[in-house]
Amino acid sequence: MAEPMLHVDGLQKAFGALQATDGVTLTLMPGEIHALIGPNGAGKSTLIKQIAGGLAPDAGRIWFDGREVTALGTPARARAGLGRTFQISSLAMEATVLQNAVLGAMGRAGSAWRFLRPVMRDAELVEQAQAALQRVGLTDHAATRTAELSHGQRRLLEVAVALTLQPKAFVMDEPMAGLGASGSKRMTSFLDGLRREAPILLVEHDMDAVFALADRISVLVYGKIIATGTADDIRADPQVRTAYLGEEDAA
Amino acid sequence: MTPILLIEQVLNGLQSGITLFLMAAGLTLIFGVMGLINLAHGSLYMVGAFAAAAVAGWTGSFVLALGAALAAAAAAGMIIEMVVIRRLYDRDHLDQVLATFALILIFSEGTRWVFGSFPLYLDVPAALSGPVTLPGGILYPSYRLLIIVIGLLIALGLFQLIARTRIGIQIRAGESDREMIAALGVDISRLYTIVFALGAALAGLAGALVGAIQSVQVGMGEPVLILAFVVIVIGGIGSIKGALVGALLVGLTDTLGGVLLPLLFGLFMDPSSATTIGSALASMSIYILMALVLLFRPTGLYGGA
Amino acid sequence: MRRETILNTLLYLAMPVAAALALALDEPFLITLITRAAIFALAAVGLNLALGLGGLVSLGHAAFFGIGGYAMGILAHHAQTYTPVIDSWIVLEGTKSMPVIWLVAIVSSALAALAIGALSLRTSGVYFIMITLAFGQMFYYFAISWPAYGGEDGLSIYVRNDFPGLNTLDPMQFFALVFAILSAVLWWMGRLARAPFGLALSAARQNAERVETVGLGPFRLRLVAFVISGAVTGLAGALFADLNRFVSPTMFSWQMSGEFIVFIVLGGVGRLFGPVAGAMLFVLLEHLLSPVSDFWLIYVGAILLLVVLFARGGLIGSLAGREVAHG
Repeated sequence: MAEPMLHVDGLQKAFGALQATDGVTLTLMPGEIHALIGPNGAGKSTLIKQIAGGLAPDAGRIWFDGREVTALGTPARARAGLGRTFQISSLAMEATVLQNAVLGAMGRAGSAWRFLRPVMRDAELVEQAQAALQRVGLTDHAATRTAELSHGQRRLLEVAVALTLQPKAFVMDEPMAGLGASGSKRMTSFLDGLRREAPILLVEHDMDAVFALADRISVLVYGKIIATGTADDIRADPQVRTAYLGEEDAA
Repeated sequence: MTPILLIEQVLNGLQSGITLFLMAAGLTLIFGVMGLINLAHGSLYMVGAFAAAAVAGWTGSFVLALGAALAAAAAAGMIIEMVVIRRLYDRDHLDQVLATFALILIFSEGTRWVFGSFPLYLDVPAALSGPVTLPGGILYPSYRLLIIVIGLLIALGLFQLIARTRIGIQIRAGESDREMIAALGVDISRLYTIVFALGAALAGLAGALVGAIQSVQVGMGEPVLILAFVVIVIGGIGSIKGALVGALLVGLTDTLGGVLLPLLFGLFMDPSSATTIGSALASMSIYILMALVLLFRPTGLYGGA
Repeated sequence: MRRETILNTLLYLAMPVAAALALALDEPFLITLITRAAIFALAAVGLNLALGLGGLVSLGHAAFFGIGGYAMGILAHHAQTYTPVIDSWIVLEGTKSMPVIWLVAIVSSALAALAIGALSLRTSGVYFIMITLAFGQMFYYFAISWPAYGGEDGLSIYVRNDFPGLNTLDPMQFFALVFAILSAVLWWMGRLARAPFGLALSAARQNAERVETVGLGPFRLRLVAFVISGAVTGLAGALFADLNRFVSPTMFSWQMSGEFIVFIVLGGVGRLFGPVAGAMLFVLLEHLLSPVSDFWLIYVGAILLLVVLFARGGLIGSLAGREVAHG
């Protein structure tokens, strides 16, 4: 069996009396989309933060690309090849769309320590940034100020910035949120192709997208993973039905 | 150094710490409740001192002078809150810094205009001008002792106010969740004005109390303001308890550093360079204390995460 | 050309044109006044890198201004008294050479900025403002209580320091020197804002999380910005001391730090020429108002208050009519 790209083992995180992450163990294998689902308040965002490096776990370890990254911060994990998108768009709003993408390309080149030459005249960085914008269909908006983008376009830009890093794995927090039906469909087919470049750990509320895309699904409830398996396994799992899908049926 | 001298210096440190607390408590409340950094807090200290000196000059009564200090500073605080400060709550810190810096210029020059550039003197009341004998035969100026007592009583009153009273509950609610107190039907803009005026009154009182020990002059507020900032950084923003602990630490460090460091260096240096190096280092001691707190607890001793 | 570019060009040319006019009218005092504005502008241009681009509201930049000033004062004092600065296992002589003084001013203020920045950048927001203010005050009290270099009275230097090939005592030549430095720094700051470092620093101001997620550390970006910023303000301090041939602890005072911020905001935050416009406006106000009233600062306070409350783009923002400045 291949080595997992990302391996989380026994992660624990508590906020006071609240056990937000309770012994989570999961893997992300090369080439797969591993979806992480769960009801609101299940601790998905807390888990993602710990994986990306923004929050230190109380216990447990994280390996990425064959080395332990538990002690590393967000920038170091990003440099190691972990590409992340946020649930709420996290972009430099006053900068242009292209500048945001160039920032990602700079991160990949590993250097901001240049103090003279205008970055937007760096052909190599701009080319990488343009290529990423083209893949998500934002080329026409390259010169637009990011604050002027629509909500859906910002989601696409998030993905484009992650692409410029050419990461070894993606961690995506609700990339479909607020996209609307057609946008959701386009993003779904885009992610479908993306998994061949790098595996994706996908947190998503859009169940159609999850069941269409995911090779494996893990269900998080009250900080615990109660089931992991294929879409069919999860649909059939009685525990999941009561804890999670049951609510969806009722709604 | 004799133990009696040491105790005297400790008391001096307490006295300067407790006046710092009066400044810092208002600042930290205003920051905690309204999220505002107020550089003009030192001006309110000055307003209190000038009001006290003027009223003491006219009436000869120290009690009236203290009352005037409280009233003038609270009124000045209320006016600037309603005219300027409330426009700043939603602004970023840079705007707050600048607008309150502008207020300092206006207050300072305005005071110079009215009272002139020469310092005023506020006399300690005759009844308190002598020393009292403390247990152990220590003679200590009764006025300074009174400052310590008043300060401690006010600290106690503030803790009670915040823990027990209706307004205190509103203040605590305001610190944690502004929307909630609006939902509870509290008139926020009135609450803010009251908190600001309360902070201003405490600053004015501090100015009047200290004004009787030092001279009353334009610009007297800002060094105290900066010390109060050091207190808040050490104690943690928004915490009254932190302000008290921080203020006493800063007061004691500053006073004892100035006395002890030259003595310490005197152990292995000639007296004149010991005095030079010792007092130069003493002038930096509270900032070194602040740097140490920052290294180990960047949000202060009682600050949140 | 954009309106702001035209305005910047006019602002830039205003100083040498005014200086040339003053020379023609034989008003050396006015040249000195313009030189003063140029030096204040330089100090604020330094601060603007941290404050405008990096979003770091430092209320302690007078520390670097003063360190630059004392670098000049101490070196020149030892040179004019023919005593070495350090006389132990190494001997370090004083100097009257401006380039050497500038280098010392830049290096020592950069080191101070590194130490202050490393501590205060562990925090943010209001804490950062209070801590930088406090560290600035620390230098002020240290300068007062350290008697070797004049303590509270400061240090006087009898003759302005030397620059190869120039007569620095001639006001116009000294102005030209200061203006050349201001031009070079403005040019660099303009480049810096567009360079990779500038983009990353500006992105860190807007969204630190974003910068981390692409693998760059906001703390290090801000620290480097703070150090460069302090060094430029330190250089301005050395020039200011040379202009007055005098240094004193007031260069360290918190009012000085406040005034630097005022220059930036009067001119327009985050704009390359904002500090230049602000410093010129301030010196002009000082010149026009101080003969009218002893309490002229009251008017400055009122103007400042109005600008903050009602004209948030500052002078350049109001004239160029574009709210958002950062690019």
